[in-house]
Amino acid sequence: MPMDWPALVLSLKLAAATTLLLLPLAVLLAWPLAWSRFAGKSLLEALVALPLVLPPTVLGFYLLSAFGNHSTLGQTYHALTGRALVFSFDGLLLASLIFNLPFAVQPIQRAFDAVPREAREAAWCCGLSAWRTLWRVELPLAWPGLLSAIVLTFAHTLGEFGVVLMVGGGIEGETRTVAISIYDRVQAFDEHGAAVMSALLVAISFAAIGTLNLLTRRIGRGGRDSV
Amino acid sequence: MRMAATTRGLSVTLRQRAPVPLDCTLDCAPGELLALVGPSGSGKSTVLRCIAGLHLPAQGRVECGGASWLDRQRGIELPPQQRRVGMVFQNYSLLPHLSALDNVALALWQSAPGQREAEAREWLERVHLHGLERHFPAQLSGGQQQRVALARALARTMSTTSAPESTAGASEPAALLLDEPFSAVDQVTRRKLQQELARLRRELPIPIVLVTHDLDEARMLADRMVLLHHGVSLQSGPPEEVMTRPANTTIARLVGLVNIFEGVVGELPPNGRLVLEWLGRRLEVADNPRPGFARGDKVLWAIPSEGILLHLPGHPSPNEGENPVTGSVADCIVLGPHTQIMFRPDGGAHDMSLTFSAPTHVAQRNGIVSGAVISVTLLAGAIHLMPWSDQWSES
Repeated sequence: MPMDWPALVLSLKLAAATTLLLLPLAVLLAWPLAWSRFAGKSLLEALVALPLVLPPTVLGFYLLSAFGNHSTLGQTYHALTGRALVFSFDGLLLASLIFNLPFAVQPIQRAFDAVPREAREAAWCCGLSAWRTLWRVELPLAWPGLLSAIVLTFAHTLGEFGVVLMVGGGIEGETRTVAISIYDRVQAFDEHGAAVMSALLVAISFAAIGTLNLLTRRIGRGGRDSV
Repeated sequence: MRMAATTRGLSVTLRQRAPVPLDCTLDCAPGELLALVGPSGSGKSTVLRCIAGLHLPAQGRVECGGASWLDRQRGIELPPQQRRVGMVFQNYSLLPHLSALDNVALALWQSAPGQREAEAREWLERVHLHGLERHFPAQLSGGQQQRVALARALARTMSTTSAPESTAGASEPAALLLDEPFSAVDQVTRRKLQQELARLRRELPIPIVLVTHDLDEARMLADRMVLLHHGVSLQSGPPEEVMTRPANTTIARLVGLVNIFEGVVGELPPNGRLVLEWLGRRLEVADNPRPGFARGDKVLWAIPSEGILLHLPGHPSPNEGENPVTGSVADCIVLGPHTQIMFRPDGGAHDMSLTFSAPTHVAQRNGIVSGAVISVTLLAGAIHLMPWSDQWSES
């Protein structure tokens, strides 16, 4: 069978979980980064951007060390849940949240940056609290950035290889994603299987970006969503 | 009036050095429209932002209706949400993703949903936008956007249901703040909107502060004005008074008075008019002499263009006997229906001139051209004395 269906399901599950968990987190991170000045802001921005420039194997290596059974994090997690962080889906998800940070935070931060200051001030002068302003003014206006974050995170998780291999180890049904599976097929000289799965990844990623462009353009034509 | 302003209306004192220097005091009684006037960059908008809670001054106090919104000494700094301020921003700041109705309803978010929409509709009707409720800001003209912004600000300040939870009731102190609300629309629309504001404000029992750089606008709409320059409030009073009785030459220049000259105080009769000596002439002054002027004092005096009347041969006017001055026309410029005349009085330096205007048809019929010999009257009631200052002449 050319297609590794469990790997595809796992990849989709990982991508969906990452996107779902990371989105609110990214909004909460991007919000102060876009609007306020605080000590350590540049440092935080650099940390968020780090996964963009680090070789995935380097990031994977550090995450592996941090998640390991001898690490505080690994031990605490084991004590709390009875499960391990390395070579497990849980660990893979946590790693995925980390290496996707810039892909989720940066588009949202840029979108918040583009929301006019007066729009927020007008909301405040209408009596809306900071949270209500976020919900009713900033998020609706920053919607294209949120959409970008969703698509980029989803597509990037599907395609991530280095970190997934380092932290997950490619265990079938647990941590073997499509990207790992393709590598395994090539190693096993199953070029046909690799080609089928690669084509599928291309198709999914292309569809995701196409949908993003379509939605962004529709929003650009004037959102009619009453919030 | 002034007591009322400090006890029930809006009372503001602001001081700071940076980022925008401020040294400003203003009072606005309930129902009063106060114009905050000054050239661009004078800090007008910053003052308004301090009142709204969008800018925190280094020092200062903002009180409204007896409630303290800001008192840096006592550590009171209410956020904008807790000040019941209706703000019309210079660019209106309508939310582009919300319809006109939803923009207004945003200010009524504390009301029940059904009531919110009905009330928002009422406010839109109040500003003559019936039928445009579902339009988005991008589909509205500049004037219509301005009306939506005004409706939103009114909904915030006037609604009985939108009071913050902490203190309920319609008596909660509120203020309407307008930041150059007419600057972004064409002149025809501006006139119309100004008239509507003049009509609407009669029903508003709250302090209204209007920021503008337009002196005519202040004159038309405001009960009182505060003149702001480099963040300093220089003079306040009824617009007519500030513009014709400036306290010093800086203010005189800011309100557009160009006829400023040096003179010497002559006689100061206890019951009669003060006499001003100027170019060997004796001018009668009906202005209340400022305390401290003594005979022989060097002073500066100003006269607005309206205080200079052209003598027309064959048509003597009743005021002709009042401070008559003869001289020649140095230059005249036709500005549509009015002609601006630069008049050089006999005995004056070659570059000294009084500027005034006359209807163009009058100027043409009476042969007012460069070099013509004419005489004018300087109305005693229009002459205004100011303390002497070395730096009065325009650099």
